[in-house]
Amino acid sequence: MTIIFLVVAGVLALALSGSLGFVSTGFNAFLVSTQTWISTRFVAIQEFLTVPRDVAALRQRNAELEAEVARLQAQVVQLQSQVADTQALAALVNFSRSNPESAYTAATVIGRDPSPFLRYIIIDKGSNQGLRRGMPVVTEQGLVGRVDAVIGSAARVQLITDPTSAVNVRLERADREAVLTGTLAGDLTLDLVPQDISLELGDVVLTSGLGGSYPPDLIIGQVVTVRRRDSDLFQQAFIQPVVDFAQLKIVLVITDFRPVDITPLIP
Amino acid sequence: MKNLVAFPVLGLVFILQMAILSRMTLLSGTVDLVLLVIVSWSLQEQVESSWHWAGLAGLLAGFTSGLPPYAPLLGYLLTVGMARLLLQQIWQAPILALFSVTFFATLLTHLVTFVGLFISGTLLPVGDVLSLITLPSVFLNLLFILPVHAVIRDLALWVYPVEELV
Repeated sequence: MTIIFLVVAGVLALALSGSLGFVSTGFNAFLVSTQTWISTRFVAIQEFLTVPRDVAALRQRNAELEAEVARLQAQVVQLQSQVADTQALAALVNFSRSNPESAYTAATVIGRDPSPFLRYIIIDKGSNQGLRRGMPVVTEQGLVGRVDAVIGSAARVQLITDPTSAVNVRLERADREAVLTGTLAGDLTLDLVPQDISLELGDVVLTSGLGGSYPPDLIIGQVVTVRRRDSDLFQQAFIQPVVDFAQLKIVLVITDFRPVDITPLIP
Repeated sequence: MKNLVAFPVLGLVFILQMAILSRMTLLSGTVDLVLLVIVSWSLQEQVESSWHWAGLAGLLAGFTSGLPPYAPLLGYLLTVGMARLLLQQIWQAPILALFSVTFFATLLTHLVTFVGLFISGTLLPVGDVLSLITLPSVFLNLLFILPVHAVIRDLALWVYPVEELV
């Protein structure tokens, strides 16, 4: 036993000292190549036996994950919509808090006028919620229009971009009044502006309150183009509204404003 | 009794028009689904209730729209009259009649609307009406009339089976 131990120890000592390098190298190469050959065949056989089962499992897993992704995508879209609504509502709440002199009712836009000639929206609040004809409608950005017709649970709102709409406005910088009208293209034009007024791009346009249809000092937009000809009595300006009328979702109806009907006073 | 199907169908059509289609504009023109349904319904030979549908659609449009109430009613009734006239006396090719009636009905309803707004005190610039509303609407209506006609034809066959004519 002792002899065997000594022989093995001697061989190991020779191997460690490098004296058996050619022997150990050849032996190691043989071992590695043999192990490689066996390992390669084993893996191939293992794959051959297991891959079909894995493909089926992977397909099932893939289908499950795809369904999960679809469900999550739908959830993301829903949550994004809720976030957008919440942000809009938060902005409207901030607006109503910063303008506590008026009472507001929030309403969701549920449709538009079926005729392309008119620019009206349908909202989901009506006389049951205290809405009346003539009440102004705003967003946190500015003036939207006014209630044109009301039923129990819905109302029709005429936008200020409607071609039949006319709003008495005030130019903030010049402190002069004019009339704002809508167009078929959905733009806003400022008419009846006296020639002596110097209109500049960026001038802010507010409601004047004249005529009693709208409360004063509601923001409408800014002057973007001025058309002035010496032969005309008045100059004309195009207004960029602050409200994006194509993206209206939620609006505020000013419920404590009572429009004044001045029709009997008109000769 | 068969006329009652007009209530749910036109109700659904108006909801689709106001909630979806009126938001999808080409310039300022939109597809008029109500008009297309009226046109397609009127061109079904076995259908006997075209006038009722036009009347109901006109009343619904007058109720929901800010237009003078008589304008859409008159426009839809004239559309049915034109469609029945063309169907009975002139056209033998259904597709040609379909496109012709759609084209002229769009022009007719827009003319009636224009006149109605003028009577109520709003004079719109004719050039803008044609370029921004009427021509895009004609294009969209001609684009949508075929799928609408396919649906309405099936509906007409369901409500008025052809066997009853024999």
